[in-house]
Amino acid sequence: MTDTPTEMRSVVVEREIAYPTEKIWRALTQPHLIEEWLMKNDFKPAVDHRFNFSADWGSVECQVLEVEPNRTLSYTWGAHGLESVVTWTLTPTSEGTHLRMEQSGFQPGQRLAYGGAKAGWPRFFANLEQVLARIE
Amino acid sequence: MGYEYRMSDAQDALFKTLADPTRRALFERLCREGEKTVGALTARAGVSQPVVSKHLGILKQAGLVRDRHEGRQTHYSAQLGALAPLIDWTREMAHFWQSRFDDLEDLLKRMDQ
Repeated sequence: MTDTPTEMRSVVVEREIAYPTEKIWRALTQPHLIEEWLMKNDFKPAVDHRFNFSADWGSVECQVLEVEPNRTLSYTWGAHGLESVVTWTLTPTSEGTHLRMEQSGFQPGQRLAYGGAKAGWPRFFANLEQVLARIE
Repeated sequence: MGYEYRMSDAQDALFKTLADPTRRALFERLCREGEKTVGALTARAGVSQPVVSKHLGILKQAGLVRDRHEGRQTHYSAQLGALAPLIDWTREMAHFWQSRFDDLEDLLKRMDQ
């Protein structure tokens, strides 16, 4: 969550992991390994590659935005009519790796369920940030 | 795998209701400016009064606005509590990723160097 009115609400999860970045990178980028902890997928670590995560409840439409081996991985995450961006950041530490996941920029997907909603969502979230903070 | 990533019916309904830009604008205005009559809302909505009334009806059905009759006028106000599913959703996404991290750590333990 953020106090900056121009920014969107986002979800951040961070964790210290006792393994080197190279090993975590493999788990984040090899399809058979991704499936073990996230979902079935046809991921490739190539910018612009379109792929899907699929599970029994449906699927998530994605596109790779950024690949910097052992450092950064980012892809769009389109589900439930909202599109967001998931960014993984790996930072080596003396104990292993600091792993950070940020999902941000929730906005309506162009080809997804709730057609007609254009760029209004980010502004909506921004405008209602204070309202939302009040009822939290 | 024990993950859950699913929108509740309440969240789904809320997103669908607010997906329409005209409806979202009406709701936003009521949030920021407080109670308004249909006439006052129509004056700046850029659509006709019947269209505004139709959208207000949908917002009311979703619990996002409440109406109050006074003489011949109907006043509408925003119900902020109805936005709670939106906050729940962000919280659930955080939860979803926390449990993904757990499974990722389990996998790392099993993986070869």
